[in-house]
Amino acid sequence: MTVLHWAIISPFLLAILVPFLYKYGRKIHTGWFVLLLPLALFIYFLTFLPRSSAGEVVLRTVPWVPSLGINFDLYIDGLSLLFALLITGIGTLVILYSVYYLSKTKEKLNNFYVYLLLFMGAMLGVVLSDNIIVLYVFWEITSVSSALLISYWYQREKSIYGAQKSMYITVFGGLSMLGGFSLLYTMTGTFSIREIIANIDLVTTSSLFLPAMILILFGAFTKSAQFPFHIWLPDAMEAPTPVSAYLHSATMVKAGIYLVARFTPVFGGSPEWFWIVSLTGIVTLIWGSVSAVRQKDLKSILAFSTVSQLGMIMSLLGVGSVAYYFYDGDNALYTTAILAAVFHLINHATFKGSLFMTAGIIDHETGTRDIRQLGGLMTIMPITATVSFIGLASMAGLPPFNGFLSKELFFTAMVNVTEYGIFSVETWGFILPVLAWVASIFTFLYCTILFVKTFTGRFQPEKLSVKHVHEAPFGMLVSPAILGLLVVIFGLFPNVLAYTFIEPAMQAILPGIMEPGQQFKVHIYHWHGFNLELWMTIGVIVLGAILFITMKKWSQSRFYRKERDIFNYVYDSGYDGLIKGSQLITRVQMTGRLRDYFVYMCAFIVFLIIYTMIRYDAFSINTANVSPIEPFMWFVVIAFVVSIISVPFINNRMTAVVMTGVAGYLVALMFTIFRAPDLALTQLLVETVSVILFMLVFYHLPELRKEKKKPAFKLVNLIISVAFGVMITLVSLSAFAFGSETNFTSISQYFIENSKVLAGGYNIVNVILVDFRGLDTMLEILVLAIAAIGVVSLIKLRFKGSEDV
Amino acid sequence: MKLQKPNDVMLQVSMRVITLFIFAFSFYLFLAGHNNPGGGFIGGLMTASAILVLYLAFDMKTITKAIPFSFTTMIGVGLLIAVATGIMSMLFGYPFLTHFFDYFLFPLFGEVELTTALFFDLGVYLVVVGAAMTIILAIAEDDK
Repeated sequence: MTVLHWAIISPFLLAILVPFLYKYGRKIHTGWFVLLLPLALFIYFLTFLPRSSAGEVVLRTVPWVPSLGINFDLYIDGLSLLFALLITGIGTLVILYSVYYLSKTKEKLNNFYVYLLLFMGAMLGVVLSDNIIVLYVFWEITSVSSALLISYWYQREKSIYGAQKSMYITVFGGLSMLGGFSLLYTMTGTFSIREIIANIDLVTTSSLFLPAMILILFGAFTKSAQFPFHIWLPDAMEAPTPVSAYLHSATMVKAGIYLVARFTPVFGGSPEWFWIVSLTGIVTLIWGSVSAVRQKDLKSILAFSTVSQLGMIMSLLGVGSVAYYFYDGDNALYTTAILAAVFHLINHATFKGSLFMTAGIIDHETGTRDIRQLGGLMTIMPITATVSFIGLASMAGLPPFNGFLSKELFFTAMVNVTEYGIFSVETWGFILPVLAWVASIFTFLYCTILFVKTFTGRFQPEKLSVKHVHEAPFGMLVSPAILGLLVVIFGLFPNVLAYTFIEPAMQAILPGIMEPGQQFKVHIYHWHGFNLELWMTIGVIVLGAILFITMKKWSQSRFYRKERDIFNYVYDSGYDGLIKGSQLITRVQMTGRLRDYFVYMCAFIVFLIIYTMIRYDAFSINTANVSPIEPFMWFVVIAFVVSIISVPFINNRMTAVVMTGVAGYLVALMFTIFRAPDLALTQLLVETVSVILFMLVFYHLPELRKEKKKPAFKLVNLIISVAFGVMITLVSLSAFAFGSETNFTSISQYFIENSKVLAGGYNIVNVILVDFRGLDTMLEILVLAIAAIGVVSLIKLRFKGSEDV
Repeated sequence: MKLQKPNDVMLQVSMRVITLFIFAFSFYLFLAGHNNPGGGFIGGLMTASAILVLYLAFDMKTITKAIPFSFTTMIGVGLLIAVATGIMSMLFGYPFLTHFFDYFLFPLFGEVELTTALFFDLGVYLVVVGAAMTIILAIAEDDK
């Protein structure tokens, strides 16, 4: 175990301690204790920064299940370090914010911080693991802990609903991802991502390439709320705001992004990957931005905006994946998209985190998040308004904030797509920049709505439940202010990130393109002349502004008034349908009538055996070895058949018992004919005793009543019984034919020869029973004894009256 | 012996004789099993039938007094004997349930074959009698 391993395990260890800290340190808010850990981890991960920017990677191994090739391997390159710093950095800020957000007395802080630490540790594990099984384990811990965090206020029905929904969707994705990982293992024989990338030829040439890719993408798309799996994210907004800020903007939803980026070297370069990832991303982008416009709740707007921004990053990763195979030297044409993706990843984490926190502040101070009730808060909450403005402007893509830069890069990447000349982009490629541009208009629109409706206009204190609205306490403002400051810094000096974060991450996403020692060119600048991208941005602003000014007209439309996503309907009815369908099946199948179960069993046995026999063409009749039938045997057989057939038609119980007895005695007669005196004797005696028993028992039962059943019921019984009889007959005949064809020698010859010599008896049957196969007899008398004890206990020890067992 | 019904005299008198024969026959079947048709199972069932006939002819109380041992215990004893026969051979280093036999000269019977399998059969016999009687009596007594 190295320090790096302990760094990942430390949140879990602290999670064990949190309840004690909560119980014995009640005077101090538990968050203060927790705060120290992510801060320490952040500083610890910062120490890797020089190595990572120099292009070095760090690998630490601890065996876990070495026999299966599952090791707790940790791997730090530019990409994982970037994520680790995001997780710990924003984690620190979120915990600081939560200290002021959650009340020390009213909330169950121990639960909150345990879940949050679990999540943090798992998330670190996801981004730092090199082993895909370990990655999967951590992945599922993030799903579970995030469901726990969403349902933190478990008294509310909506929280439970949101938690369930996110759980179902992300676990569905997680499981299919596990399937994809298993396929990768079948292809390459290793669980290590590095080794899979090293053996990339095994993957690309395999027929399992596409299934593995699609399964892994399911995992990434569900976790990152991509279309159409995005529906869990808006419902996850029932979580406390620090959770939304942390999980649903900066970290967990980016796990899917991480996965796609991490597996770009494996699957990238294929047209399927390019089209699936880019199209899903771009559709998510436009769907999310359009849906965000319709929302009236601050956090819902932010949720849909997160969906849309994640779609943007996803589409950039898809577009950039071509670089893995089509990079030509200096040309930045192919790598711009990856550059934009990494840059926007950082930007989004900063501004979205701060926006969620400001939304939380507004909720906390005014008691509502509904934009129709808010307004005019700018003078009352100036700091919050400033931070919100910075975040929103950055999200809308306005200069001089960092969102502008990443949006310009995004446009560049999307416009360049048509120039690739591969994967038939020349025909359908134009769709990407057009959709991207339209989506940006809507992004601008909802950012404007969010700011104008909340902070400008008339203050309406009568609509608010809180009497005295005022600016948030200082501690609550620190975290969003820091993030807002970062937005400005990254906006003004984007190149501080260039070779520290972005370039190493690009190397990690696109390994093997550059020679060792070479670097991608990363130069982000504000002004690049009046080119197409700038005109597009100007178009976005103009059209967005026009749409906002004409908002009164279209805000009456049905489209605007409907908030719920159409896919929720699909999910809900699917969920209900699943329950109703399984209930229906159970009702049809589990009738509670023994006869029905008997029908299923017999029909299934008949079907199975007849199918098997036909499948192997096994039916055959061989009369070569059949013994001659004596005439008197016919009488016995006919009498037997008549007595058996008559039983179902008898309406009196006693007669039926006697008739069964007759059949039994005829069997004894047959045993005599076939020279089995022991069997005949036993059969006679057993039949006698059992007839007496039947008489004794049936004496107590009421008269048989004529059962009135529908003809169909009787017909089914008839068909099944006839089929069963015919099946058994055919199988017996075939078995006999098989036996006479293969000429197996019977074991009985041995018994005949040795019964006198070895056991000293002439009665072979008895010698077999007590000597050669004595164990069978011993267990049979045990069965008899158990039956007797069973009867005694059933009769003597039964409960009186209506007592239930 | 107190009679339950005066008009059962014929039945009861003949039963006293007949059951003796049935008992004797069942005992014969039990012993003959090794070389002729018969054995513990058949012998046991036959004995059970004989006792059953007695129960039919006389009332419950009389027979319970005449045959004063518990059939349920008989099951246990039978199982124990059967298992013990199997374990005996293990004591001498042979596999479970190995049987031995030999011929002995007796003054009155001449040469007789004796085998340990007979003890096993005795276990079977006792279990069969016990189980059959326990089941039938449990059901019949419940009638009251």
